[in-house]
Parts: sequence; C-alpha cells; structure tokens
Amino acid sequence: MVVKPLTGNYAAAYAAKLSRVKVVAAYPITPQTTIVEKLAQFIEDGEMDAKMIRVESEHSALAAAYGAASGGVRAYTATSSQGLLYMHEMVWWVAGSRIPLVMTIVTRTLGPPWNIWTDHSDIMDQRDSGWLIMMAEHNQEVLDETIKMFKITEDPRVFLPGIVGLDAFILSHTTEPVDIPDQELVDTFLPPRRQPYVFKPGDSLLMGNVPRNLKENMRMREDIHNSLEAAKKVIEEVDEEWGKLTGRRYGGLIECYRCEDASHFIVGMGAWVGDMREAVDSLRTNGIKVGLIKVRYVRPFPREDILKWVVNAKSVIVFDRSVSAGSAGPLFLDVAAHLMAAGIRVPVKNILAGITGLDVTYEDIADAVLKSVAEVEETGKFSRFIEWYYGR
Amino acid sequence: MSDEMIEIRFHGRGGQGAVTAANILVYAAYKAGLWGQAFPFFGAERRGAPVMAFARISKRRIRVRSMIRHPDIVVVLDPALPKLVNVLDGLKQGGVIVINSPSKPEFGEGYRVYYVNASKIALDLNLVLAGWPLVNTAILGALARPLGFDIGIIEEAIKDYLGGSRGEVNAKAARRAYEEVKILE
Amino acid sequence: MSEGRVKGKVLPISKPCVGVAGKTGSWRVMRPVYDDSKCVKCRLCWLYCPENAIDLNEEGGPFIKINYDYCKGCGICASVCPKNAITMVPEG
Repeated sequence: MVVKPLTGNYAAAYAAKLSRVKVVAAYPITPQTTIVEKLAQFIEDGEMDAKMIRVESEHSALAAAYGAASGGVRAYTATSSQGLLYMHEMVWWVAGSRIPLVMTIVTRTLGPPWNIWTDHSDIMDQRDSGWLIMMAEHNQEVLDETIKMFKITEDPRVFLPGIVGLDAFILSHTTEPVDIPDQELVDTFLPPRRQPYVFKPGDSLLMGNVPRNLKENMRMREDIHNSLEAAKKVIEEVDEEWGKLTGRRYGGLIECYRCEDASHFIVGMGAWVGDMREAVDSLRTNGIKVGLIKVRYVRPFPREDILKWVVNAKSVIVFDRSVSAGSAGPLFLDVAAHLMAAGIRVPVKNILAGITGLDVTYEDIADAVLKSVAEVEETGKFSRFIEWYYGR
Repeated sequence: MSDEMIEIRFHGRGGQGAVTAANILVYAAYKAGLWGQAFPFFGAERRGAPVMAFARISKRRIRVRSMIRHPDIVVVLDPALPKLVNVLDGLKQGGVIVINSPSKPEFGEGYRVYYVNASKIALDLNLVLAGWPLVNTAILGALARPLGFDIGIIEEAIKDYLGGSRGEVNAKAARRAYEEVKILE
Repeated sequence: MSEGRVKGKVLPISKPCVGVAGKTGSWRVMRPVYDDSKCVKCRLCWLYCPENAIDLNEEGGPFIKINYDYCKGCGICASVCPKNAITMVPEG
C-alpha cells in the first residue's frame, strides 16, 4: 500500500493495471485522454503486461475490447460524451452478449454547443442497456470501484459489463491523495477471469444470430434484468470483502450520510455528493434534520435501500445533473416511480442543477434545500415537482 | 495553519507549470500530514494564454469540489499578468499575494505581498524550457513562507514529483526563492 | 458567445466575430521585431504565420506589418526567415 496524490483519471489507470487488464482499446477524447495516456505509459515502461489497441473511433474501441473479452481476457476501455454516443451501439451488444468488461466513463455534457464540462447526460443515456453503472464521489472510490467492478461483473450470478463513472475535471483532473493497494492484495481479491463462454479457435460457437424463438429472445432481456437484480447482493458482498482487505467499505449500492434521525432526504450521485455532505452539515447547524443518500449504483437501481430510509420521511429532494427532456431528471424518475410502486406517500421534488457543467457550491445546494424544506414544512407538499436551479 | 481550509489560486500562462505547481503542493501537504486538493481551471489550456490552477489545503479530508471564488492566497507566476487579468479578483481582505517579480510590486493597501525574482532564479539554474524560464518550482519555495511550510517538505515533494536531476535542480530553485523572498505587509 | 435567441428560443448560434478568445496578443511572451532593410520579400513569414497576423505591403515602405493585437509570439516567422530579418525579443 502506498498513498500517492493522483487525479481521478490516473486512479482509474492504476486500477486497470492492478486488475491485470490484458487488452486496452480506446480512442482519445477530453476529458478521458489521460487515462489511456497513463495506461500506454505503463505498458511502454513494462509495468503492465497488456496490449494497447489503437483504433479509429469509439465504436471500434469498444468493439475491440469486447472481442478481446469474448476471447477470454480482462479488457478495458474508457470514453466520454460524444465518444460514448458514437460507441452506444456496441454498449448494447456487449451487455446483450453477457460478456463481462469494465469501462470508465468520464462524464461530460453533450453538444451542441461544444462543451467539455461535466454533467451526467452521457452516462445516464446508457442506463437501459444492461450494464452495471456506478458513479464515484472521489478519486479513491474511482480506484476501489474499478477493481471491484471486475470482480462483480465476472461473478456467475451477474455476467454483465460494468461502468465506473467519474465527473469530468472535478474528479478526472483533480489531484488528491489516493491509497494504491499492493498488487498482491489485488491478486488475492480478484479471482481468475470467469465468463459464460469463450470464443476459441477450433471450437465453433455462434453468438447473436437471428432468433428462432422470440420468447427465448425476450427471456434473454428478462435474464439481463434479473441478473442486474442479483448483482445487488454481489455488490454488497464485494464491498464487504474489499472493506475487510483495505478498511474501505462504502455500503453497497448507496452510502448514507447523517440519515439516522433525518426528516428530509437529499438524493444525489457523483462528485458533487462531497459538496452535498458539506451542505447537510451546514443545514444541520441551522437545526434542519437533513440526511443524504448517495446513490453509488444507478444500475441496478437501489430501490430497497432508498425506500428503507425514506419510508417515514417528510420529504425527498432528488438532485439530477441531467434531464430526460420532456419528463424529469432520470434519478428522480427512478426514485419517484419506486416510491409510488411501494405505496410510500412522501412529497418528492426534483432539483436540476449543474447541467452543462454550471458550477454548484455547497452553499447553492444548502440554499435550494432550505427553501424546499421550508415549503414542505409549511404546506406539507411541494408546489412544483421540478426546479431548474441556476444558483443563488 | 488554522483548522479552516486554505484556498489558493495560481495565475500563470499556459505552459508555465501552474497546474504542476498546484499538484506538487498536494504532495507537500500530504507529507506535512495535511489533506490537499489541486485542480486546473476547467477548460482548454493554450500556450501563453492566461490560465489558472487551484489548490485547497486542510487538516481534514476535503469534500467540496466547486470552484474557488474567494481565495486566501493568490500566486502569480508571471510579472506581466496583473496587467492582463485581475489577479486580486475575490481575494479575501488581508489576503496574501505571492508573485514572481523583479521589483517591488504595487497592489495597494490591505494585502500581504511576498515577491521574489523567480525568473532570475530559474535562469541562473538553467531551468529553461522552449525559451521560457521555469518558475513554478521557485514560486513554491516562496509560497512556503505564508503557508508556514518547512521548505524541506517542499523540496522533498518537488524531488518526488519530478524525480532525478530535474527534481534536484528544481528543489534548489525552491530553496533559493524561500531564502530570497521579500515581504511587504 | 455560443448562444443566441431567435423568436424566444435559446439557441446554440452566434455570429462570427473577430477575436472570440479576445486579443490573443496578450498571450505573447516573446515579440517578433522586423528589420525591413534585411527583407528580400520572399513572403515565407506571411505564408507560415499560423495566426494570419502578418500583412504584406506591396505599395512601398516596410514590406510586412505584424499585427501585434493577435500575434501570439510563437516565433515561426523568425525561424523561417532566411535573412534573419525578424528577431524575437522579450516582451515588455
């Protein structure tokens, strides 16, 4: 174990190296570029025994990584924003063929106009594809969860690919101390690669041919869904195991902050959860009983974990850094739907902020929450379920 | 250093190493038993253009990630920059300015100004890249004063970050700036 | 600016304008200085300048004019000049 100041991108690169990834295929895009630069350097310096496949597009990047993974090795790629959209067709193919693979998404908003700053439009655009999707709060979590993601995705109960998301610049290019585990520790933690099938020369196998039976085809979709549900337990087990080895437990699909006696709950995910913690502390100082639910995994969605906390809440305020235009923020939609389905009648509100990379301070978050809580305390409900928040 | 977080803004030109200086500061802070966070201005960097980098230092793990709007310390790597950008923007009353300047700079009342001829130190030590003196490590030596950091820790962080003979000579630049920096109260 | 408003809609459009990034001459650390007496009018500096910051004067007088509002001081003109008619000097 050694503690080193690392950017979020370098933390991802170290994690891929420690996970003994054998094939990296990627195409550069800001703000993802330095992940692959670092991996190229590791390979060049002989510190990492892997092949770097240089491709002409993100579509090919994931196709190449997918091919390598289908052949039986740990494969890795990383992208952002427009690159991820270009890759999107392959995103579905990897999940549909049940090949475990890990990808880092450095979340960046989508054009037009050209903009390189963070929001969650790109990663949330992948959420129906069948991948496990998580967002990290800090650089340590980027490193830890990337290593863990290999174990989770290669578990026979799961056999699906996984995405680790980190916010552009506010994690990807921010340097802070990160504990880098020893190779021996990671080797003990990660078993040899497992996957449902392997393409081998001389052993004929077809994947993805036209279905003869559409019921069977629909069952494939259901199986992906069920495997994501089953992944919840695996995520918790792996979190516990990693916690025993490193002392760092995150709590599985969600992490709670000051929730025990909270009446009002904030829900959020990604790097600004750090600012939300500060906002919770400042609101608590003012006597407002607020708790924070950090969504670590958005797929599988932590339905049970969230419902357990908010069942007796006075209000739930969901912060989204992207929007499903014409409906509401995607995190809000999930939370609201599952509350309703479980028969929990609690006022829910969606605050849309930080979209297109607009800077959000903890004071902004505290301000938005304070006003919302004041309204619900006075009237028992929210007068509008959606608020576009541009700052104080 | 108080319990509060210290927020620092670096002003430089693209290519002068302001981001590297902020990163090295995180190394130094960690060696001093503190938590550090460094980040560039979130945008494209272009050689010669005025750029910013930021750092936070605290006794506790730093959770906030928003931009720094009211720094405690402003570090200026290029003496010509105050004419191009408002380096005092948002600087707290009684705040600190650390500047690379050949002569006594004028910032008016209400600030503590530390100045050192970092360009000369860099040129003396032959720290030159593509025609530019590399002043970022020297300025870190000057910054050690208002931060109350042991210069040995800054030297160690520079050597760790840059490595080899590059690390040695850059550490020397920091030590010289630390010794030569002048203070205007 | 990347946004505009048309018929009440907020749109990602704008008119082309001079110096979207401001007057980039402020990025200059070294300044190109031209000596007309050495110039042989080969036009290489004009051809190579990546910023289009060199204008030719075919009407008599100094043959080139450097636009210091936008010259970033990259030094390519001085480098390609076969007669050393352009020298780079520290700015300020």
